[in-house]
Amino acid sequence: MKKRNRHLNYFYIPALCLMLFFMVLPLCNALRLSFIKWNGYSPKSSFYGVKNYIDIVKDKNFWISFWNTILYGFGSTLLQNVFGLLFALFVNARYKGNNIVRMFIYLPVMISGLVMGYILYYFVQYNHGIFNEILGCFGKAPVDWLADGGRGRTIITLANSWQFVGISMVMYLAGLQGISKMYYEAAEIDGAAGWNKFKYITFPLLAPAVSSSVILNLIGGLKLNDIIIAMTKGGPALKTHSLSTYISYLYFDSEKAGYASAVGIVMFVFIFIVSTILNKYFRSREVEY
Amino acid sequence: MTKGKMPSEIVEDSKKSTWWSRILSVIIVLSFVLPIYVLLSMSFKNSTDFTSRLSLPKYFYPDNYITILKSGIIFRAYANTLIIAGGTIGVEVVFGCMAAYALARNQSRFNEIIRNFVLSVMIIPALSVLVGVYSLIVAIHGISTHWALIAVSSAFGLPMSIYMFTNFIVNIPRALDEAATIDGASTFQTFWYIILPQLKPVTATVVILKGISAWNDYLYPTYFLQKKEMYTVVLMIKQYFSATNVDLHGAAAAAILGMLPVIILYLSLQKYFIQGTLDSAVK
Repeated sequence: MKKRNRHLNYFYIPALCLMLFFMVLPLCNALRLSFIKWNGYSPKSSFYGVKNYIDIVKDKNFWISFWNTILYGFGSTLLQNVFGLLFALFVNARYKGNNIVRMFIYLPVMISGLVMGYILYYFVQYNHGIFNEILGCFGKAPVDWLADGGRGRTIITLANSWQFVGISMVMYLAGLQGISKMYYEAAEIDGAAGWNKFKYITFPLLAPAVSSSVILNLIGGLKLNDIIIAMTKGGPALKTHSLSTYISYLYFDSEKAGYASAVGIVMFVFIFIVSTILNKYFRSREVEY
Repeated sequence: MTKGKMPSEIVEDSKKSTWWSRILSVIIVLSFVLPIYVLLSMSFKNSTDFTSRLSLPKYFYPDNYITILKSGIIFRAYANTLIIAGGTIGVEVVFGCMAAYALARNQSRFNEIIRNFVLSVMIIPALSVLVGVYSLIVAIHGISTHWALIAVSSAFGLPMSIYMFTNFIVNIPRALDEAATIDGASTFQTFWYIILPQLKPVTATVVILKGISAWNDYLYPTYFLQKKEMYTVVLMIKQYFSATNVDLHGAAAAAILGMLPVIILYLSLQKYFIQGTLDSAVK
């Protein structure tokens, strides 16, 4: 069997080469650049030590982007899972047309986040926007929805949650359909009904779906980029940037390649820590009946 | 439950609509369709029409579409996107199932290292290494080329495709490989004649999932494809919306044309899309 193992290892070569060259090498390169002061294009650059990282701690805009990232990540995750579960329970109930409802809830997932952001512009635009039109019907003054950082953040979080709630719904739906009827029948014999059935059977048995859904939503939310570019471009006054959009802003608009790299490394470490903790936490909690 | 009924009939029996489930269904469907409805109705209005965006046009006005189709940029965008999506999918499927075969069949220390490597690089956020990737692509003269974007996109997509293929191959009985080996097949022959033909379902899932993400990708295309002739569908739509004198009606038509292939594909192959989402969830 030894010979066979050696031959099989050749099968790794193409994939490994590609990942090493286009993922690991850039990561190392980004790490190296994070210790350098460089504008991104000139041949001149100077060693800057850990000063880029010290600058990060002092950078007000970095902290705004960092807390925004937390909001986009955890806010969307909360909304997507609560509504995803509600939608899944609703669609799972057998009534006419449940498949059509499922189909439409999942539809926005298919559309590019960037394009969805642009589509939502028809709603939040100041002149002729649908939200302002509705306000007008009630005799209220129009609102410049994205002119305020706090409101911008909220709208981005809601938009992202709305667009991708279908992913959570599908995962919960698969989880629900995997629960054997046997448990419910047994519980009914024991006199459990409605809420108790949900609390003691459905919810614990959905744990694997919860963990997949939370991890997927959270990682997606923490990387949020496209919809912000389309809706606010990080503005007004850099108030709605996530770490992702802040990095590209620093690199391409402010020409701070070294500093952008350092922020990138911080973002990578942050997401790595979050996903490791989540994986550990969820794995220890799953139940089996 | 009466005896002799088919299971499907029993299911039909229990399908009942209550008034509240009907109302709720309508509200939910409307709230998810509304943006696309608004986009569609905008795309059929002329640029001086300032009636409510929620209303349908009272005339037939296909000019927004005609302008885009005549200019031909939409076809160029389709072609670019198809080349990039096709290339990315090809690399991810071929390299992915090869690596997955080795990963699923070997059990050694080296294999554990590879497995952990694949799972770790999966979470590298594309933007956190932006500066590193971009300067690498500049150095190898890959800006505004198809191949550089295909290489980077497929490298970032490979961990997921390896993960999905591995989960599938693990469930193919090992006895099949062993029987082939006894019959004198080499490792490559076993892979080619025994394993590959069985991978159709998971390949379909990977192709669909990766196809959508390649079609909708914005991040690397926007930095790598700097020439207008190279624009993908999403970049073309972006060009419309970020123009200084934005024509929101023309932009709506561009967005509809750009997203149409994806929407049609989704409506006709729904089941596969949903299965793909489930398979890609890392457990």
